[in-house]
Amino acid sequence: MSESHRTNSLKYELKALVAFLERAVNLFKRYIGWEVVALTYANINVITIGLIGVAAGDPQRALYLTIGAILWGYLSITFQDMAETISWERWEGTIEYTLMAPISRVTHLAGSCFSTVMYGLVRTGIILLVVSQFLNINLSKANFLSAAVILAISSLPFLGLGLVAAVLPLLSPEKGTQATHIFQALLMLVSGVYYEVTVLPAWVQSFSVLSPATYTLKAMRLSLLEGAGLYELRGYITILLVLGLIFLPLGYMGFRLGENYARRTGKLSRSG
Amino acid sequence: MTPAVKVNQVCKRFVNWHKKAVNGNPLHRVFSFLRWEKKDFYAVNRVSFEIKEGEIFGILGANGSGKSTLIRLISTLLIPDGGSIEIFGRNSICEELAIRRMINRVSVEASFFKKLSAWENLSYAARLYGYSPSEVRTKLMEIFEFLELSEEKLAEPIENYSRGMQQKVAIARALFTTPSLLLLDEPTTGLDPKSKRQVQALVRRMNQEKGITGILTTHDMEEAELLCNRLVIMKDGVIIAEGTPEQLKKEAAAGNGHSSSSISLEEVFLQLAEEGCAA
Repeated sequence: MSESHRTNSLKYELKALVAFLERAVNLFKRYIGWEVVALTYANINVITIGLIGVAAGDPQRALYLTIGAILWGYLSITFQDMAETISWERWEGTIEYTLMAPISRVTHLAGSCFSTVMYGLVRTGIILLVVSQFLNINLSKANFLSAAVILAISSLPFLGLGLVAAVLPLLSPEKGTQATHIFQALLMLVSGVYYEVTVLPAWVQSFSVLSPATYTLKAMRLSLLEGAGLYELRGYITILLVLGLIFLPLGYMGFRLGENYARRTGKLSRSG
Repeated sequence: MTPAVKVNQVCKRFVNWHKKAVNGNPLHRVFSFLRWEKKDFYAVNRVSFEIKEGEIFGILGANGSGKSTLIRLISTLLIPDGGSIEIFGRNSICEELAIRRMINRVSVEASFFKKLSAWENLSYAARLYGYSPSEVRTKLMEIFEFLELSEEKLAEPIENYSRGMQQKVAIARALFTTPSLLLLDEPTTGLDPKSKRQVQALVRRMNQEKGITGILTTHDMEEAELLCNRLVIMKDGVIIAEGTPEQLKKEAAAGNGHSSSSISLEEVFLQLAEEGCAA
């Protein structure tokens, strides 16, 4: 491939990448009513969970639970958004149009991932602001730089898992979406969102080791509750990076396999 | 000269699972939810044809005859089970990205993000095809003017548009990229007579001025006769007739002892469909 052709291809793919971001912003604006409802619900959900700790007279417990709820909100939105990439476009009727666009699948999925992370970060920022005001949370010890790095790195394996789940509606248009919800619920169970994973039965704990949320939650709590710096969190950062390096390519390969399966069996179109 | 489209012995088979009929056996009745049987059928069976560059090629057939499956195979949305498809010399399996850069498609469903406006949908499409929205604005305005779509209306969510208007926007979306091959899968279904004529005129104009090659599936025989240089008629996934509209009419008329001017393409279609049934 010549240098100029490669540059042109790159420009072409970058323009396509912007398409997904712009589309996400436009859809956010058009569905603003739904967004307000979802955000209100998410805020109240986090507050009520935090209040369990407040009621127990344990401010650290309140913070522990609040961090779990906020972080799970972010991770599940990241996962869900990616997992519903296919089912949602199938519902809109645009899936065939998007999949036959002259862009590489990497660009398509990277564009979707990027807009998902942006959306998740904005949403989480708003929730954090509202909840910290309501619960009067003391974050004087928190290390926000570490928290931000953990949040960014933990997005990688979750996007990968989301891509794996996005394949399910390609395999089964009717049952695939429900299957992604089961997957998400299982992740919540094994990852210690509101408790230490040590309280789980031993055989369930072995699944916790595989969940990136387990490490994200631990690292995030250490950075926000105890002010742990990046050096102290290097073990968690390494694990999350390794899981990202495993799950993202795995998700991409899974998506490609699922797409080819759907193209062979005719399951892309809504009529199936 | 390389043909624009070369479809060679293409097959596409789909599998459907059906619940087995419940018989008198009580065990079968209890476990009926476990008793499934596989039924497969060929949606497209050993189909071959070639299309020259600049031609508009029609694919006619009753519902379920395999027209849309064939369009999906050519547009790389389906992978053939047998045979091969080449678009301007590129293989549809190995060079799908190169093919996608040369084609665009209008399907019977307009396929838009319903809450987004026409502009927002078109801006998304423009970026997917490597343009910035400002680059394609002039071209789009020209198409909108031709199709009598007012600019003010384009800012409204597309769900507020009539079916005809949505289809016009879909046609504009397919044409602004000036594809080398335009796939038109029943593009005028549901349009009023005036809109239908506007769309047909636009397709003809793009074909004549830009040399766009087209594949058109339609149930409208008048439209096929008006737009297509050559056409095939499909039945149960198989091509049962091929030629120019005139040739097909002549052949049918010769069989009936009439002159070709006294027979319409619709009559040819119905005659062939009946012959297929009798066979």
